[in-house]
Amino acid sequence: MSHLLEVSGLTTVFDLPNGPATAVDGVSFAIREGETLGLVGESGSGKSVTALSLLRLVQPPGRIAAGRITFKGRDLMSLQETEMQRVRGADIALIFQEPMTALNPVFTVGQQIGEALRVHGRTTRAGARHEAIRLLTAVRIPDAPLRVDDYPHQLSGGMRQRVMIAIAIACKPALVIADEPTTALDVTIQAEILDLLREMKQSLHLSLLLVTHDLGVIAETADRVAVMYAGRIVEQGPVREIFRNPQHPYTRGLLASMPGGARGTRLRAIEGSVPLLGALPAGCAFHPRCPDRFAPCSTRVPGDYAATPEHSARCFLLDPLLEGRGALPPVPSS
Amino acid sequence: MSLLHVSHLVKQYTRGKGLFRRGTTVTAVDDVSFSIDESETFGLVGESGSGKTTTGRCILRLVEPTSGAVSFNGENVLALNARDLRARRRDMQIVFQDPYSSLNPRMKARHIVEEPLIIHRLGDARARRERVAELFARVGLDPAHLERYPHQFSGGQRQRIGLARALALNPRFLVLDEPVSALDVSVQAQVVNLLMDLQRDLKLTYLFVAHDLRLVEHICDRVAVMHLGKIVEMGRTAALFERPQHPYTRALLSAIPVADPDAPRARVVFDPASADRSNALREVEQGHWAAI
Ligand SMILES: Nc1ncnc2c1ncn2[C@@H]1O[C@H](COP(=O)(O)OP(=O)(O)OP(=O)(O)O)[C@@H](O)[C@H]1O
Ligand SMILES: Nc1ncnc2c1ncn2[C@@H]1O[C@H](COP(=O)(O)OP(=O)(O)OP(=O)(O)O)[C@@H](O)[C@H]1O
Ligand code: SF4
Ligand SMILES: [Mg+2]
Ligand SMILES: [Mg+2]
Repeated sequence: MSHLLEVSGLTTVFDLPNGPATAVDGVSFAIREGETLGLVGESGSGKSVTALSLLRLVQPPGRIAAGRITFKGRDLMSLQETEMQRVRGADIALIFQEPMTALNPVFTVGQQIGEALRVHGRTTRAGARHEAIRLLTAVRIPDAPLRVDDYPHQLSGGMRQRVMIAIAIACKPALVIADEPTTALDVTIQAEILDLLREMKQSLHLSLLLVTHDLGVIAETADRVAVMYAGRIVEQGPVREIFRNPQHPYTRGLLASMPGGARGTRLRAIEGSVPLLGALPAGCAFHPRCPDRFAPCSTRVPGDYAATPEHSARCFLLDPLLEGRGALPPVPSS
Repeated sequence: MSLLHVSHLVKQYTRGKGLFRRGTTVTAVDDVSFSIDESETFGLVGESGSGKTTTGRCILRLVEPTSGAVSFNGENVLALNARDLRARRRDMQIVFQDPYSSLNPRMKARHIVEEPLIIHRLGDARARRERVAELFARVGLDPAHLERYPHQFSGGQRQRIGLARALALNPRFLVLDEPVSALDVSVQAQVVNLLMDLQRDLKLTYLFVAHDLRLVEHICDRVAVMHLGKIVEMGRTAALFERPQHPYTRALLSAIPVADPDAPRARVVFDPASADRSNALREVEQGHWAAI
């Protein structure tokens, strides 16, 4: 399988009054054709900024400070804004968490799907309505010929997310970026939307970048996983490797902290709290919370070490040259 | 012995009512009955809008129920006048979902925790000071941070402040309305552990409202599943999770994403036509009730 998207060294900075804050710090990953990459991380870890950066949609005071983004062999960073507009929607589509804010309240869903098609010259005014009904049917909205004239507020949250998916696939993009597409939805509706995304991916040969904070959603949907913490990808690999053989102490901690085991037993919590942007610890950003930290962790930033050719983690524990780890310093309480 | 007994609770809201318009009535809670034993954790789950929060608030009379009965420790809560209700509230407290908006941003943490003691005129300044320090330690907050404002704390710490405040009056019963949903994933387990510790040490009784069914399965003794204002199934956690009877419960449980890429998946889709809303709860096995 060839790479559809390659990202390397992506760094996105917000120029804030008290100095620049690096929200995405040297992020590198690739997505193959037909593959789903799950990008998982906690609130503020930089998932959405990464997603927006790929489409060059980061607004000031944010800016992409460094990095290469290659899509189908084209360097997206060097494109003119007008060329980039053609890429958005037609080649790479974006689905947001909250469909109500992404849809325009004063147009019917049919008009909005039609607009997406027309912008990219895919249809005529007359053909648009017909195509909109076809797409609404494809995302399994019941009574599509009637619903096409509904306004967003007349639809349930789950149906609005289906409309967003219809808009996303309207121009047959090669890559769909879905940023927390089910977070605002009930678990039963979430399951239906995830099923739909999987199905669309199969039938349309899409690649998917699925952004979420839910490891359950990742396990069910992703082929490969990238784990983000404090703006960096700290571990990535095939989904089974990540869940069966996690290498980074943060990934291990997250998996261990999930509810499970005998009812009423204490959970294995990660100590401390997520650092704030602008107050990131030096060295490995996870070191104040890491149960395994040792000498180099608080001063040096770990590189990306391969565990297997497909699986890597940014942690000194994987550095073959660092031996004789000293006694572990105590972990401070929160 | 049950500490809390809720029977035939109904809460209706009228929307869009005007001078010449009748408005439409939404039955947010529709004939809900359950009891919670002393020191028990009772879970309330169900989709958004199914009436979980409204149920919790009716019990504390933060909203007035339309009809039904709530008894706490043998006393009819709905019959209490304002003064007696305030005294009762010492025993029954609520912790909200959102640690960002539920704390007064202009109050120092010390004051937020102390306020219930002042309202209920408990202790002199020195006794209150000691009690606040004790509560701070109890919920795992650093006493050096007493003089800080809410925005200077992380989400998990803010939820601890909310808990310390709720515990100030030594309540017996807490409504926990989505107490960890707004927290970072890596911090949720800390707060869950704290909730379990507090319950054990202080013999608290919990009504635990939550979206996360995995968490509910882990910490609740019994669970009720709500759907459109009604309880459609209720029972001991293990029985309900292992042998769900109502079609909605089956769909709900089958939809939980499992953090295991090799877990078998058998999605059950809920067809509203498959369940008769007028069915009453019946006991399908001992202590396990379903509206089928
Ligand atoms: N417009 C902005 N101005 C300043 N800082 C920003 C802006 N947008 C994002 N950030 C910061 O960048 C960091 C990464 O944010 P991002 O939205 O990518 O997080 P996320 O992983 O998507 O989190 P969530 O799960 O909450 O959506 C955060 O610290 C955030 O505060
Ligand atoms: N103040 C109000 N006025 C009118 N309707 C209300 C009011 N409060 C709640 N409702 C309605 O009552 C129903 C139940 O709401 P409730 O907040 O109890 O649900 P919930 O189960 O807690 O949902 P969630 O999981 O989203 O928190 C909903 O239809 C809601 O719109
Ligand atoms: S580099 Fe050190 S502190 Fe960071 S995760 Fe690895 S062991 Fe822990
Ligand atoms: Mg985001
Ligand atoms: Mg609620």
